[in-house]
Amino acid sequence: MLTKRIIACLDVRDGRVVKGVQFVDLVDAGDPAELAARHAAAGADEVVLLDITATHEGRATLLSTVQRTAQRLFVPFTVGGGIRTADEAAAVFDAGADKISINSAALADPALIGAIGSRFGAQAVIVAIDARRTPNRPIEDAEVFVAGGRKPTGRRAVEWAREAEDRGAGEILLTSMDADGTRAGFDCELTAAVSKAVQIPVIASGGAGAAQHFTQVFREGRADAALAASIFHFGIADVRALKEELRHDGIPVRLPC
Amino acid sequence: MIAVVDYKAGNLTSVMKSLRAVGADPTLTDDPAVVLRADKLILPGVGHFAATQFLADRGLAGAIRDRIAAGIPFLGICVGLQWLFAGSTEAPGTPGLAAFPEICEKFAPGKKVPHVGWNSLAIRPASRLFARVPDGSFVYFTHSWRAPVIQATVAVTDYPAPGGRPEPFSAAIEHGNVFGVQFHPEKSGETGLRVLRNFLEWQPC
Repeated sequence: MLTKRIIACLDVRDGRVVKGVQFVDLVDAGDPAELAARHAAAGADEVVLLDITATHEGRATLLSTVQRTAQRLFVPFTVGGGIRTADEAAAVFDAGADKISINSAALADPALIGAIGSRFGAQAVIVAIDARRTPNRPIEDAEVFVAGGRKPTGRRAVEWAREAEDRGAGEILLTSMDADGTRAGFDCELTAAVSKAVQIPVIASGGAGAAQHFTQVFREGRADAALAASIFHFGIADVRALKEELRHDGIPVRLPC
Repeated sequence: MIAVVDYKAGNLTSVMKSLRAVGADPTLTDDPAVVLRADKLILPGVGHFAATQFLADRGLAGAIRDRIAAGIPFLGICVGLQWLFAGSTEAPGTPGLAAFPEICEKFAPGKKVPHVGWNSLAIRPASRLFARVPDGSFVYFTHSWRAPVIQATVAVTDYPAPGGRPEPFSAAIEHGNVFGVQFHPEKSGETGLRVLRNFLEWQPC
């Protein structure tokens, strides 16, 4: 049976994890390679590394971080943040990423999706969408934002997801700007609207605060996968503990050996 | 010498890394002369079936066919497994090796495609590839076309439509010295590494 995926996300700046999934008992909580290996051992189905470095020097650090992290990782490994061209994507793949995630660069140049996909396969291209609901409008009017949710694009999330699929994206990573950081649960309505609009898998992100939020987004939100970030700061020990709760709820998950 | 055949379809970093992790020292090559010297052959692949045209164009297909006929262990991964069949509806003009006469087809409509994620294996007992791998183990897939279940199938995975009819396909095949896996052993954690180790340890008698 195809299981629902739990994806551990690490936000990395200048080669160090600054936010995201951390273990309370880990001495050095900031090392991405160490954290990624720990998450995989605990049952994370994939690991995502989001680079939030703004500087040019930091970008060079990213490739060595990716290389070091990939070295010990035998589950799918996605890298996102700041990838603007097919050549930049190629460098990240060479460093050991299996997939890349693109967001504002894809909006600026939608042909980039196909350009990377034709070189590395559609399965290697995740289009990340940050969306916010439009007040007093139906869910289909939720709008795409860039620049960390600060800048509106005038694009509707559902339509952009559909276009990304048409252009050859392998998966959609959908973050609800409304839910992000609230710990009150994923935006299931938004996730379901996007998931129904496309054939490719949708990864839900933003708002997780408890195990039942994952159950809800897999059921009501029709998500194929969900990103687990800061949830592990708030009472759930690790991916294994989360998956045990999901299994108890009847969600198909892969438990670690 | 363990040769990993590079046909310029996607990223082979993970395959090379996982082979090294199980103690092998693989050689990445697109040279038929190197293939003809190999003791073991691995044909990875992520991407489009049409990319396998490169194998025929460069004389690699013939070299692989010769080595398989000589009894050298061969492992095809993902598109590498599909290439063992006569062809795929993904690229009707590109023939496969035709070690098996069937054709690979796209998943039936009504469900998410590609089939991405961790799915379970129904393993046939006495499979060499899955020695010491428990039945029901999970492995990582990402593909839109699939090979049918045939006599040589040693692991079956099902991808049904939600609430719909089952669609079982070949997750792994074994026939003599020819092996193939639809999933990605290089991305399937300890289970995947065990499958790679089993392939590398198997010796034709």
